[in-house]
Amino acid sequence: MERAEQTREVISARDLGVVACTRCLQVWPQGVQTCARCGHKLVQRDLKSLQRVWALWIIGFMCYIPANIYPMLRTRTLFHVQEDTIVGGAIELMHHGSIGVAAIILIASVVIPLAKFMAIAFLAISVTRPSTVSQNQRQLLYEVVEYIGRWSMIDIFVVAILSSLVQLKVLVAINPGLASLFFALSVIFTMLSAQAFDSRMIWDAQQQGKGQKQE
Amino acid sequence: MTAPAAPIPRNDLIVCPHCDAAYTLARPGHGERAVCYRCHTVLIMPRRKAGLQIIALSVAIVILITAAAIFPFLSIAVAGAHNSVSILDAALAFSDGPLVVLSLATAALIIFVPLARVLLSLYVLVPIVMDRPPAPQAAQAFRLAEALRPWSMAEIFAIGCAVALVKVSDLADVSFGPAFWMFAILVVLVVVQDNFLCRWSVWNALSKPAKS
Repeated sequence: MERAEQTREVISARDLGVVACTRCLQVWPQGVQTCARCGHKLVQRDLKSLQRVWALWIIGFMCYIPANIYPMLRTRTLFHVQEDTIVGGAIELMHHGSIGVAAIILIASVVIPLAKFMAIAFLAISVTRPSTVSQNQRQLLYEVVEYIGRWSMIDIFVVAILSSLVQLKVLVAINPGLASLFFALSVIFTMLSAQAFDSRMIWDAQQQGKGQKQE
Repeated sequence: MTAPAAPIPRNDLIVCPHCDAAYTLARPGHGERAVCYRCHTVLIMPRRKAGLQIIALSVAIVILITAAAIFPFLSIAVAGAHNSVSILDAALAFSDGPLVVLSLATAALIIFVPLARVLLSLYVLVPIVMDRPPAPQAAQAFRLAEALRPWSMAEIFAIGCAVALVKVSDLADVSFGPAFWMFAILVVLVVVQDNFLCRWSVWNALSKPAKS
């Protein structure tokens, strides 16, 4: 494994007077507006990035509330109809003794989404003020959030599979509830919010801090 | 574009897209990787014959997606009642009222986005591998393929199947249709194809139209 490393002291592209396309990695001199190779807009630092992150974060969070209030699944058996919210369904499973499955559902649809909201908020706040958490850890956190974001759609897919498969006329039928729509929206907006975050800002604070110390 | 003289790209440098660290460009050999010293992002990872391998994988993926979408996927039986579904049926499960939007989104995420990505990367890679000049609009095509990457969720759907099976299995007998196995292979191929592709090398090839 070879590292593209030339000097120990890392110089950022901004200090070098160049700007890099974040999409295709082509490097241009400062002041160029559009990448001629891929057509992507070139920005040294996306100053409006945080506003977009927060706007999408708020929409995602607002969608997450009805996702927990409305029922996720409607199970119709021979004699009665049962509507389960996400948490209600998990508690039901726990009463039936399958604690393992209940724990997986709670972690996948409650703990991870909430942790994702908190992680994005933390990252967005941490770039505006000095943070005690190291750059490498925050970069790692960002990559984890970006990676995990897509996996929350698993809930929606499970609902889709269950409600198309379990359609046995009179015996039993499972139908999706309104919460599935809000949950999907919440996941999508959280993903967009994480994508809007310009991770280069994590590393700027380090250099500013260093400069102040030396002076 | 608006500048009177076209700006000259700095081809001697490479910049990490995640942390903005700048390095002088040193191309790694086949099988080696260039990694950002500061945040450990992989910048370049060329592979020998990667182009041909990716094209072969892509063709296989197109065939599998088409077949997996049509054939029965899972079937269920309880006390004489019987139901079997294809992936399209599963995607279109949200069919009443406002949930139609969700149906379309699910179908896109599971089938159409992965399919579109593979077709776009075929369009971009075939001319490059055959040493021809890039196809018209190849840069836009590759750009779109890259933008669609997070929204291609075939592998997530596969894990979702496993979870759903656990939930249903004590309720009814579940059996797998041919599409289930195709989809299982498909997921592996999609992940492998994605990991073989060195984005930097593709962009580099696209920026040199007159190669031969």
